[in-house]
Amino acid sequence: MNIDFSPEELAFQKEVQAFLADKLPADISEKTLKGTHLTKEDYVSWQKILHARGWAGVNWPVEHGGTGWTPTQKHIWAEECAKAGAPDVIPFGLKMVAPIIYTFGTEEQKQRFLPDILATNVWWCQGYSEPNAGSDLASMKTTAVRDGDDYVVNGTKTWTTLGHYADWIFCLVRTGSPEVKNQEAISFLLIDMDHPGITVSPIITLDGHREVNEVHFDNVRVPVANRIGEEGKGWTYAKVLLTHERTGIARVAISRQCMKSLKELAASTPDSITGAGGNLLTNPAFSQKLAEVEIELLALEYTNLRTLAAVSTGSAPGPESSILKIKGSEVAQMIDELYVEVAGYYSMPFVKEQFVDGFDGVAVGPGTAANSAPKYFNNRKVSIYGGSNEIQKNIICKAVLGL
Amino acid sequence: MNFSYSDEQKMLQDSVAKFVQQDYDFDRRRQLVDSETGFSNDHWQLFAELGWLMVPFTEADGGLGGSAVDLMIVMEAFGKGMVVEPFLASAILGGGLIAATGNEAQKEELLGVLMQGRLQLAFAFAEPQSRYNLADVAMTATSQDDSYTLNGQKSVVLNAPAADYLIVAVRTSGAQLDADGISLLLVDSQTAGIDIRGYTTVDGHRAAEVSFTDVKVPASNLLGAEGKALPVIEQMIDRASLALCAEAVGAMEVAYKKTVEYTRTRKQFGVPIARFQALQHRMADMFIEYEQARSILIMAAMQLDANQGIAPKAVSAAKSRVGKAARLIGQEAVQLHGGIGVTDELDVGHLFKRLTTIQYLFGSTDFHTRRFAAAQ
Repeated sequence: MNIDFSPEELAFQKEVQAFLADKLPADISEKTLKGTHLTKEDYVSWQKILHARGWAGVNWPVEHGGTGWTPTQKHIWAEECAKAGAPDVIPFGLKMVAPIIYTFGTEEQKQRFLPDILATNVWWCQGYSEPNAGSDLASMKTTAVRDGDDYVVNGTKTWTTLGHYADWIFCLVRTGSPEVKNQEAISFLLIDMDHPGITVSPIITLDGHREVNEVHFDNVRVPVANRIGEEGKGWTYAKVLLTHERTGIARVAISRQCMKSLKELAASTPDSITGAGGNLLTNPAFSQKLAEVEIELLALEYTNLRTLAAVSTGSAPGPESSILKIKGSEVAQMIDELYVEVAGYYSMPFVKEQFVDGFDGVAVGPGTAANSAPKYFNNRKVSIYGGSNEIQKNIICKAVLGL
Repeated sequence: MNFSYSDEQKMLQDSVAKFVQQDYDFDRRRQLVDSETGFSNDHWQLFAELGWLMVPFTEADGGLGGSAVDLMIVMEAFGKGMVVEPFLASAILGGGLIAATGNEAQKEELLGVLMQGRLQLAFAFAEPQSRYNLADVAMTATSQDDSYTLNGQKSVVLNAPAADYLIVAVRTSGAQLDADGISLLLVDSQTAGIDIRGYTTVDGHRAAEVSFTDVKVPASNLLGAEGKALPVIEQMIDRASLALCAEAVGAMEVAYKKTVEYTRTRKQFGVPIARFQALQHRMADMFIEYEQARSILIMAAMQLDANQGIAPKAVSAAKSRVGKAARLIGQEAVQLHGGIGVTDELDVGHLFKRLTTIQYLFGSTDFHTRRFAAAQ
């Protein structure tokens, strides 16, 4: 057993550090570290900087312009990005639809779509969930009926993250007759959001922010040429993606960064109990809770590294990655909650103008306090989206424990 | 042994419940939260007409008795509708302080109009550095001739934007953390030198940062004895904490029942998700938490009424236990609702928000657990 990086990996780490120090814009880093919302322009400009360096396609194969990094290099990249306050890339194009296109798409589709995704010229969003198809995704109802060289799409997709920024949406749609078994009637379509018949309506979340949307399709004509792979195989393609590249879901690097800032914050927060000179880190109850989360995170870090090591030696991450999703979301949510606790009374004010980009007034409360409760509220989604933690446990029961 | 309400208490409970049911649906609440003042003055007048604003006060003060059990009845019903009218901040806390500390003239001047719905109060106690330590008062009031001069900053003052008068905890002597030397002053909110920066709180209430720069207040506005206010502040914050726990119990009941209802109607995998035992047990836990919270709330209310309103250990027990239940029920209500639970459009997310702030207001769960342990 050996946890050390090789000399090459250490050199790579230095290279990444130098790049981030040089190229990561200070305002984007500050927003990311504070946990406030980034604008569309922030994401696009950062992803273009990555593209210019050749580092936008972290998981992509080299032949399509990817980095070709080893799992360890990807791990180093994630760690350094979290430390520096580099935002995660918007996953829908670079991490979700691109692998499906380069794995299952035609040559023409690859040439048409991949370069714009890599360069963030086009913003993608995801159309999977529907109002009545959440955990039971395969029961979705959006239909695509063949009419000449087109499909005619009707239905509603929901929880479409940043869909209001999107140029294109990738969708799971029902192409088979109703008699066909649920999962075998699903196809994978790429749809231009400019098509007539598409409307995007906002869903405001508990932080008062528009992050997700409903996308309605009313007789939207989509060329058959925009279907990925075979008709009726969409579910299979989507599932292949789901078991790929799941290590990021542990959020270890980000949680560690948040934990570090949280401890600094607690150390500078006076404590009601210990009185003069005391701070929250010396409060027994608080330090106990903090330590418990930190220990969980440490265990998670090694679970994540073990998965990473298995991937390095060639085995695909299996249903064990459900552990990463469950524990990763729980740890992140616990940390968010402790931020609220540190903020105390100052977790309560919700001063809307403070969250608007370019606010330069005097903030109510210290540092991250204003964002603590909105972030805690909003991040309850983390144990719900991408297969809720209940679904992840079902996967473990079925696929690992054989129950 | 008898845990049932008297006929008067049942009538009170029914009348508040009827108001919440008929006049306080979620859309109406949303309109109020988004309105300029953040609550309805018409509602406030109705509270006065129905005598609810008299509930916190003794008969000697012109009220209806002021028992903790009565407060519990009103606040629990309010909790079910997430009522944003400042009953807690203005009537229970503000009015309670006047009733506990005011001289005859002050009571005469203020309590009547308060009960008639024509006066709004706010209690300014927390400061940026104080967290939950009520003795931590840095704000000063220096006495000269017939007036005090106030300087300092108060944090997250509930109902301050609407308040006609602020009741301000100030240090008239001693060091910042001394128990002695804290006084209460009644301050007209329009007085020169006061800056009120109002905002909505994450749970839809209104509060403000209030700063005082050389604010002159007549010496006759002192409430109670100079320098001796801490015990009465603690007593009133305990009373407000009890009321808050009652509100939480009301909100928790709605949250767990709505969750049960939702899982019975939400179908996935061809069946209502309530069929899944993994979810059933979690709802059973929510129910158990709710019942335990209700029990400890009743215990604390009875202790307050049996001990002339002074029962710090019982109140801390309630605040701690209710906070723990509020956390579990709030989080689980959202989780079991799934995506819809984190949206602004559904009431469940707002119950979760209020159940979150309640955990920290007037002292966090940990703070009260510790206070319970330290109490005799």
